[in-house]
Amino acid sequence: MIHARGLVKRFGDFTAVDGIDLEVAPGEAFGFLGPNGAGKSSTMRMIGCVSTPTAGELRILGMDPVREGPAIRGRLGVCPQTDNLDPDLTVFENLTTYARYFGIPRAEGRRRAAELLEFVQLTEKSGSTVDPLSGGMKRRLSIARAMINEPDLVLLDEPTTGLDPQARHLLWERLFRLKQRGVTLVLTTHYMDEAEQLCDRLVVMDAGKIVAEGSPRHLIETYSTREVVELRFGDDAPATYVEKLAGIGERLDPLPDRLLLYSDDGDAAVNEVHRRGFTPSSVLVRRSTLEDVFLILTGRTLVD
Amino acid sequence: MDGTLAVFNRAIVSYRRLWQASVFSSFILPVLFVLSIGIGVGGHISGVDGVSYLDWIVPGVLASTAFQMAVGESTFPVLGDFKWVRGYHAMRATPVRIADMISGYQLYIMFRVVIASVVFLGVSALFGAIHSPWVVFTPFVCALLGVAVSAPTSAFAATIENDSYFALLFRFLVIPSTLFAGVFFPVSQLPALLRPLAYASPLWHAVELCRAATLGVAPPWPVAAHLAYLLAWAGLGYLLALRAFRRRLSD
Ligand SMILES: Nc1ncnc2c1ncn2[C@@H]1O[C@H](COP(=O)(O)OP(=O)(O)O)[C@@H](O)[C@H]1O
Ligand SMILES: [Mg+2]
Repeated sequence: MIHARGLVKRFGDFTAVDGIDLEVAPGEAFGFLGPNGAGKSSTMRMIGCVSTPTAGELRILGMDPVREGPAIRGRLGVCPQTDNLDPDLTVFENLTTYARYFGIPRAEGRRRAAELLEFVQLTEKSGSTVDPLSGGMKRRLSIARAMINEPDLVLLDEPTTGLDPQARHLLWERLFRLKQRGVTLVLTTHYMDEAEQLCDRLVVMDAGKIVAEGSPRHLIETYSTREVVELRFGDDAPATYVEKLAGIGERLDPLPDRLLLYSDDGDAAVNEVHRRGFTPSSVLVRRSTLEDVFLILTGRTLVD
Repeated sequence: MDGTLAVFNRAIVSYRRLWQASVFSSFILPVLFVLSIGIGVGGHISGVDGVSYLDWIVPGVLASTAFQMAVGESTFPVLGDFKWVRGYHAMRATPVRIADMISGYQLYIMFRVVIASVVFLGVSALFGAIHSPWVVFTPFVCALLGVAVSAPTSAFAATIENDSYFALLFRFLVIPSTLFAGVFFPVSQLPALLRPLAYASPLWHAVELCRAATLGVAPPWPVAAHLAYLLAWAGLGYLLALRAFRRRLSD
């Protein structure tokens, strides 16, 4: 579906995407996980054939995005980072006018619009204009719109950023349905829970580069420990404890407000902390997440 | 062609939702103009070039309505589709080509201008201001004028970041054109030094063509020359729009 080798995007002398390799297979749900400014959108826009690669090789659906842009775009569904729905048109009209961009005949456009509104649970909003809809509804409408041409590949740039938890879960559930139907999904996110929920495979991106690649489970197993202990020490700076706790677990990461202690056995690590005579003000043992992977790989947190 | 029609379709669907907002400027204002100036002012003067002032001003108002509508519809709506609505970005993600975005919108401009012209001509005919069957060509002249000004205005709107430039466009080009390009008084009454400015305005050429058609007389320049001038603006404007849209939509 997507094949990239040494893909580069520069804006002036700033390099937003710095030589990445990608391979996305049909039916996969593939994710780009990375903080703001990592180059996720720049990559997505090259894949969506609206931005020309500065260097490197890129094939989408076996075609060349520079020479065959319209043909490729006809088979993509794109849900951009910033919604670009028509605020004055109704929900239904947003879908039918967009269908025409793909050369879909009127009647067929109306049929698909009705079906997709059902799918994203917006049927009762069909006649409302877009302006008064909530953020989650607009996002769902954008996703419905991206499906109007029955695309082979769907690109979702930060599908749930800025939504409340309930709206996010509804959206995830809909995207999960798409995945079950065998639609190839490529999405970007800076939420590790989103990446874990939706992606079969993902790349961790930072400063224009891919720093790791694999399934969420594989990434956690490879780069992190099974469990993580979060320790807080009242008003003391967590960094001052790094030396005192050295040797416990496999790794210690001081954050401004807490100390992360990586260990396959969290409880044993906590016992060892107590045995050395330290009494943290709070202790939390949890499973390792992609957030930890990101921190280990880049030394920075994902969402700040 | 499919893409062009799809873009045209979107503009029409929007217009169907928002047409009430433009009823006054498109249909009522021009008639009020003709009533107040043509009949009100015309009652005090003997006429221009041997015809009543009402008859003389009707084709001028016809063309200047098309002119203002075409410019107006290509300022905020076009900039908005780049900046706020991002409708062009939405189209860009589909097989629609940049040329389709421009052609589709120009088709819409022509549609709007022709409808407004026909309605205005109908009202003018009731006042007995139409004197020649050549009048049937005036909506086409207005459509051509529409593209001649809408295409370069779209190019301008696609180039700027800030809508305050539109105030300059209206102040220094649109309003002076409307006042001095032969809509309300003959260009021959302008000081000789200023006349070339009126000739440079596409509006003047459309006004003269429309006036010749409604009065059944010959225009000041050969018809082909007036048309060629308008076509040149349309063609050049289209190329400028293409370049401006390309720049704005690609990186
Ligand atoms: N059109 C552009 N012109 C200049 N710089 C850009 C442009 N688009 C993105 N950038 C820069 O490229 C970097 C990566 O941006 P982006 O791909 O949007 O990251 P992400 O989507 O991961 O947040 C950012 O530093 C951003 O400022
Ligand atoms: Mg982004």
